[in-house]
Amino acid sequence: MIAQRMGFAALAAAVSLGFSTLAVAADKHVAITQIVEHPALDAVRKGVKDVLAEAGYIEGKGLKWSFESAQGNAATAAQIAKKFAGDAPDVIVAIATPSAQTVVANTKTIPVVFSAVTDPVGAKLVSDAMHPGKNVTGVTDMTPIAAHMALVKRVVPNAKRLGVISNPGEANSVSLVTLIEAEAPKAGMSVVVAAATKSGEVLAAARSLVGKVDAIYIPTDNTVVSAFEAVVKVGNEAGIAVLAGDTDSVKRGAVAAAGFNYYDIGRQTGHMVVKILHGANPGDMAVEGVAKTDLHLNLKSAKTQGVTLSDALIGEAKDVIR
Amino acid sequence: MSQIAFLGAIEVGLLFALVALGVYLSFRVLQFPDLTVDGSFPLGAAVCASLIVVEVNPYLASLAAAVAGAGAGMVTAWLNVRLKILHLLASILTMIALYSINLRIMGRPNIALLGETTVFTPLEALGEAVDMPTYVVLPIALFGLVILVKLALDWFLNSEVGLAMRATGVNPRMARAQGIHTNRYILGGMALSNALVALAGALFAQSQGAADVTLGVGVIVVGLAAVIGGEAVMNTATVFRATLACIIGSILYRLAVAGALNADMLGLKAQDLNLITAVLVTLAMVLPGVRMPFRGKRKGGMTS
Repeated sequence: MIAQRMGFAALAAAVSLGFSTLAVAADKHVAITQIVEHPALDAVRKGVKDVLAEAGYIEGKGLKWSFESAQGNAATAAQIAKKFAGDAPDVIVAIATPSAQTVVANTKTIPVVFSAVTDPVGAKLVSDAMHPGKNVTGVTDMTPIAAHMALVKRVVPNAKRLGVISNPGEANSVSLVTLIEAEAPKAGMSVVVAAATKSGEVLAAARSLVGKVDAIYIPTDNTVVSAFEAVVKVGNEAGIAVLAGDTDSVKRGAVAAAGFNYYDIGRQTGHMVVKILHGANPGDMAVEGVAKTDLHLNLKSAKTQGVTLSDALIGEAKDVIR
Repeated sequence: MSQIAFLGAIEVGLLFALVALGVYLSFRVLQFPDLTVDGSFPLGAAVCASLIVVEVNPYLASLAAAVAGAGAGMVTAWLNVRLKILHLLASILTMIALYSINLRIMGRPNIALLGETTVFTPLEALGEAVDMPTYVVLPIALFGLVILVKLALDWFLNSEVGLAMRATGVNPRMARAQGIHTNRYILGGMALSNALVALAGALFAQSQGAADVTLGVGVIVVGLAAVIGGEAVMNTATVFRATLACIIGSILYRLAVAGALNADMLGLKAQDLNLITAVLVTLAMVLPGVRMPFRGKRKGGMTS
């Protein structure tokens, strides 16, 4: 029995170590939570941090910066939200829908700025995007799909059938696919959707599109983007142009993307955080959409995937990988 | 650790204690390694959330979630006892099927419950009336519920039916020789187990503001950790103690996570969370004098 009590004591000691972290003196406290580590979500976080630094809030010098990732586990996300609610920072930044929902469920007073949430009204984070009213506002990452469909036609002018790979389990992807199915016919393309419920299934999903499509478009789907190389491999082998919804994927082998990158979304989020630190009320700040887009091209991929990019297109590009 | 984080860990621990009790029923009582749990937890959340958003009474919705979970458990048991599919595989089949079924039930991957009337809404109102914050009221209410479920389960497992179920798990051949219809008890036990898990899923969705198809990730791991962790820190010779150990194990696991979340000052970062949690749970299990079976294996192990 004594030994058993020691087990409790060990755990209690480990827990009480946590208690001692409270006393860190800093002027402003920004706490940031994200559901999982992922290049795009990490870029958002970096954008927020950089803007805070530019505004004079540097970690350790006037800023206490707390970051937690739930590592994909919903129960952990709930505990992170509760920890932040208890720590009462000046602003909580919540990246991606599930994290944002748990944070909003756990505090009604601390200012919350969400980021990389596609449909904040559908996710019930705010009731009115223009006038949030409560303690919550943020930046959505709703993709400008119409512009992307136009880009597909500029890269592959004779494309008639567009392949799309997405995870039917991701809320954001479902709404994107619905948008694509509405917008692609306007650009003269039919849509073939392949499903991948986890990143290990992306390769098979991409292969299933070979012979059925003239171009592949990958929306900002966490599952598919995390295995983007698999799609590029198939595109290279079969000579099908792969386009992406986010510019980070161009470096990984997509021919083109007219997107926003998540770093800029993070910067936009950071500016909202700074406004709140300066005294603005989140309830008075409208939810912001993607403000900055730019064209990224990858000429190497264009060659392997068998498309010729026009000089006009190359001239417009912000970044060209040769 | 703040008071909110501490009570929050207790709250999540109590919610997952229902999962632990369910896992105890399948793994320990029936000796049926059941991974259905990863599907029945989000199933409960999905059924409950879908009903709540069409204005069904949240208590009825939670009950419906438990019934749906029971159905999922019965499918797994049926695959095993009728179609003779290995128990582990049968439960995996149900688990992966439930992913699609959950998407169908919700019609989308995420149903938000923020601002909806849930089973916790009257409790929050009650808390406001007596000037007690929600983060105190919820753990108290859940504690009451979990103890109630535990005592009901204790009573059941000591009843004639419960004893037959335990016999089914311990020695099915002997049980059959005594005239026990073991298949029936496996079906019933698995239904009860997954009903508890689905109820936990429904309550979790309501307290955290959303049902999401990804809710099930790792639920079985957490449930098992709670059951085994509980067994490691206390004697589980009787049913009363064994079910109590499930609850204690679940709360300890959540306190370990909360501790890990507060371990920043040791130079540990967010990405180390799962590792720290694992280390804390290991410490809690190993320090109470190292359980004999482990020690035996270590000495007589393969030391070539």
